[in-house]
This record gives sequence, structure tokens and C-alpha cells, in this order.
Amino acid sequence: MEVQYEIRGGDFSAAGQASSEIKKLLKQFNIDPQIVRRIAIALFEAEVNVVAHAYKGIMKADIDTDSIRVTVEDEGPGIEDIDKAMEEGFSTASEAVRQMGFGAGMGLPNIKKNVDEMILTSIPGSGTCLKMKVLF
Amino acid sequence: MKTNLKKLAADLDFEPLSGINLLDRIPQSAYVSDLLSDVIGKAQPGMLWITSQVHKNIVAVASLKELSAIIIVNERQIDDEVVKHAEDEGVVILASHLPAFETAGKLYIYLNRAE
Ligand SMILES: Nc1ncnc2c1ncn2[C@@H]1O[C@H](COP(=O)(O)OP(=O)(O)OP(=O)(O)O)[C@@H](O)[C@H]1O
Ligand SMILES: [Mg+2]
Repeated sequence: MEVQYEIRGGDFSAAGQASSEIKKLLKQFNIDPQIVRRIAIALFEAEVNVVAHAYKGIMKADIDTDSIRVTVEDEGPGIEDIDKAMEEGFSTASEAVRQMGFGAGMGLPNIKKNVDEMILTSIPGSGTCLKMKVLF
Repeated sequence: MKTNLKKLAADLDFEPLSGINLLDRIPQSAYVSDLLSDVIGKAQPGMLWITSQVHKNIVAVASLKELSAIIIVNERQIDDEVVKHAEDEGVVILASHLPAFETAGKLYIYLNRAE
């Protein structure tokens, strides 16, 4: 089963809607609630990153019998140094975004902790693509 | 005996703003932070979350982490829209009339005494 949602950069009041829809969907299946929680956390962090750092993006989820694969692809500034971005505490969040309590530099580390596979790629100046997989 | 949110709110003078019918929850310790991803990474289910953030995304964080309640400090005004969102998501919001340090201090003593 495949679903996809658009994410608008800068729109914090809508941030979390795509991941929340996918969480609702997963709750209808017979999946361990602990696993659903892990997926929801990773998707929320990925969605907020598009809202906070990019212009617009798409979250695509492919739900299978034994796993979920999610791709979050955006148009935005991209990431110069992926290893650095993955470090706890590294953030380029703007002052306005920090005022809202984002910008701890914990989002990508949180994603890594909660998924079974994570591939982050980017073309600086063009966009970022995050692929995640969680086994049920 | 463990205290539920209703008794805790009455004893510590926290004002329930959302989730009035969910106050039978038993809180497990608390976490103080204004950084959302820090809470996502470190808070445990059932915890109280003390924060001065009042925008809509705090509801998502509390729901994702299955926190027992959000405690808003510093008399921050919270929009009706956020309260409504919290109601829809089953998130309890309590308002403390004290700053974070005093709120956490009172809560620390209270929870350790009650347990
Ligand atoms: N989709 C993206 N587009 C552009 N840059 C990104 C994107 N996602 C992450 N980054 C870069 O990686 C950094 C680290 O991301 P991470 O999610 O760990 O922290 P943060 O978003 O800055 O803060 P937090 O997630 O703790 O609120 C970001 O500050 C940003 O520089
Ligand atoms: Mg982030």
C-alpha cells in the first residue's frame, strides 16, 4: 500500500500532519504499538526538517506486510556535510526556528535511533532525500 | 499510593486547560526542556513535561511520546487552537503559575513524597 503527502516549508502549524496520517494508518493494522511509536517519531522529525530547513517536500510511504519504507524528498538548500549533520547538537536552524524550540540538532540522531535503515543523501543547493525502513 | 493528575493539579495549583476527562493518569516523573527534539529523544512515556513553549507542535511531541501531561510555565498564554488540538489528540495541558525552576522544584518534592 502506498500513500504520499506534501510538506510545505516554513508552515509549522501544519508540521506533523503527514506523519500523523501515516501513524493513524498503521494503527489500523496489527503492528506492535512500540514499532508504530518508533516510526511516528522518525517521520515527525523528518517532516519537521523539511518544514524547518527546506522549501517544500513529499513524504511517500510504502507499507508492506513485514515493513514500511518511507522516502522524504525535498527541494531546499540541501546538506553540505552529511556526517556533520548527523552529529548530535549540530544545527543550522534560524533564530526564529530556535525560538520555537527546534534546532537542538537532535532530529537526525533521533531518526537514526528509531529506524532499522536510514539513508540520507543530498545535492547542496538543490535538495535532500531521506530514505528510512522499519521492520514490523 | 500513586497520585493521579487530578490530585496533583489540585495540590500544586496547576490549572487544567485540556484533557479534563484524562486526569486519572498517573504521572511518572518529569522532564524539563524547551527543546522539542531533546524531549523526543530523552523523555519517557508517562512523564510530565515542563516547558514554556506554547505552540501547536508541543501537542504532537506529547502525543508521540505518550507523556501524561504538558505543564506550561511562566503564565504563557496558550491559543484556543492549541488547546483544541490537545483535546483532539488526548493530550493533557496544565498551566503552572510559577516559572520552570519553582514548578520543577515543587513537583520534585511532591512526586518523591507521594511515591
Ligand atoms: N531536509 C533538510 N534540508 C536541509 N538541511 C537539513 C535537512 N534536514 C537536516 N538538515 C541539516 O542538518 C542539521 C541537523 O538536523 P537535525 O534534525 O539533527 O537538527 P535540527 O533540525 O537543526 O534541530 P532539531 O531537529 O533538534 O530541532 C540541520 O540543522 C540542517 O543543517
Ligand atoms: Mg530536525
